[in-house]
Amino acid sequence: MANKIFRVNMSTLTTSIEDVPESWAGHGGRGLTSTIVAAEVEPTCHPLGPKNKLVIAPGLLSGTIAANSGRLSIGAKSPLTGTIKESNAGGTAAQILAKAGCKALIVEGLPEKDGWYSIALTPESITINEETELPGKGNFAVLETLADRLEGSPAILTIGQAGEMKMCSANVSIKDPDGNLRSSGRGGLGAVMGSKKIKFITIDPKDGKVEIAEPEKFKEANRVFAKALMDHPLTAGLGQYGTNVLVNVINEAGSLPTKNFTAGQFEGHEAISGETMHDIIVERGGKPRHNCHAGCVIQCSQIYNDAKGEKLTAGFEYESIWAMGADCCVDNLDQIAEADRIMDDIGIDTIETSVAFGVAMEAGVLEFGDGAGICRILQEEVTKGTGLGRIIGNGTGSVGRAYGVTRVPVVKNQAIPAYDPRSIKGMGITYATSTQGADHTMGYAVTANILGVGGNVDPMSKEGQIELSRNLQVATAAIDSTGMCLFIAFAALDDEKCLPALIDLLNARFGIALTGDDVVALGQSILKTERGFNLAAGFTAADDRLPDFFYTEPLPPHNVVFDFTDEEMATFWDF
Amino acid sequence: MKVTVKLFAFFRESRFKLENRDLEKGTTVGNIVDVLGINREEIGVLMINSRHTTLETELSENDILAIFPVIGGG
Repeated sequence: MANKIFRVNMSTLTTSIEDVPESWAGHGGRGLTSTIVAAEVEPTCHPLGPKNKLVIAPGLLSGTIAANSGRLSIGAKSPLTGTIKESNAGGTAAQILAKAGCKALIVEGLPEKDGWYSIALTPESITINEETELPGKGNFAVLETLADRLEGSPAILTIGQAGEMKMCSANVSIKDPDGNLRSSGRGGLGAVMGSKKIKFITIDPKDGKVEIAEPEKFKEANRVFAKALMDHPLTAGLGQYGTNVLVNVINEAGSLPTKNFTAGQFEGHEAISGETMHDIIVERGGKPRHNCHAGCVIQCSQIYNDAKGEKLTAGFEYESIWAMGADCCVDNLDQIAEADRIMDDIGIDTIETSVAFGVAMEAGVLEFGDGAGICRILQEEVTKGTGLGRIIGNGTGSVGRAYGVTRVPVVKNQAIPAYDPRSIKGMGITYATSTQGADHTMGYAVTANILGVGGNVDPMSKEGQIELSRNLQVATAAIDSTGMCLFIAFAALDDEKCLPALIDLLNARFGIALTGDDVVALGQSILKTERGFNLAAGFTAADDRLPDFFYTEPLPPHNVVFDFTDEEMATFWDF
Repeated sequence: MKVTVKLFAFFRESRFKLENRDLEKGTTVGNIVDVLGINREEIGVLMINSRHTTLETELSENDILAIFPVIGGG
């Protein structure tokens, strides 16, 4: 299937299928979404106006048999941060989009009249259809209705009420192989889709296949690559306990942000830990292991049942559990799972929204620990778009401004996730310098700072942190372009066969001859493209800082502050 | 001397979550790991009092030792 650019203009309600420009051919995933956004979106535009574009791209290896290659990148100018944004997630869409011969789907413009639309993509066609039944409905209703309406198992991208109301924390939600949802959660890309009045996108690959230039070489490289993933000792723990295995180790390290970032340890950590979650899942007949996309050999997702044994939520992640748990002081996993399900249904980022609740708790909107209150506000306020619901749905910074709270954990207006930067300083560098606001996945320094993966760097020392974060951010930008799940990085950091096998996969897929240096250069150029967009949008070095309370309020139990100067931080970009 | 030992993830299976132990002075982290029958190669993170440590470190009165297998996520 030849790779094409599929373009949808919502102003004129027209579509086109175009050849891939030469300069985009070597890109995929994040590299491609950022290249297209930088090339076609005015950096100073309003993210919810007609000049912004939503760009959706499978990775370079998506749609092939390569293990763990099913991540989909979605990019735009973010309404939350005002920066360039790429958010990637699993589900079936990346592989199906690649099989349909789509290198990238670009949605531009805004419709002139009221009303909602859907987009249907096949290898030969892309159409815009009016949609009257599903607006106002949650994501699960969309999946149920479309399961009856459509033939086969098309990929589905959808927005819930949060996206329709253009809330800055809105997800684009992606159907997984079993009808659960994965979320492109960070940065409010669902609001961009909502601004263009698109309720859902379906992709039917027909009998499309991804062509492999050198099939035998590809198979052999995949064998080596998949073995490296399977053999890494970390894979077993991720499968058994999910990402939530981290609660106890980050708590033990004194770096689990608790009670709106006022402490580094949570008394109720054991109740919300991966170990406890695993036991509950097994006891209630759920699934401790589950893959968010076909071909994943790690299987860190899971199905979490309620006390009656009915499915409550899936893909129950550490970041979500930490944010509603420790940061909001809720020590009840069932309440957290209920809130997780509601947020999936509304289509709203579990990190941004839960950290926003932590700030709302500090403001006295509800008490710390009030898990039932979180669920009630999500259902009665956020889903319905009341004043309070919109304040929370527009994110952590929005709540801080509305209630006059000064301890607001955001960088570039995006909520800081589950590792306190005062006692894991490498993460502070990543949060501050990331091209996309605070985001742990941009350069996961927890590896060497805490987990002893890819070396050891003292988490409370400044030594080596900038270089660590830089190397990880460069590598991550490259990995995010392949369609690979970031969790391949653990094996790539420790197993010398893993990264060469990944490069062999790329070379065999396209019949090219990339080297390790080329991959580093790709990562560097993606970061520079993204930063160039941000500088043109008006960001400066002064935006690469943490909120001031991190420099002034010591974090128990280690009683440390974040202490990098602006000058030190600026050296991050020396490459 | 009194030391608290905490185990995590699958190291808890057939062992314990937390135990208070009375140990000889000079006991190292590695000694405890061996007594517990934990394969040293499976260890990912060792902490004493919430700071990283090594198998060779000698424990002190009232230390809290945490032993984790190789884990990750994010």
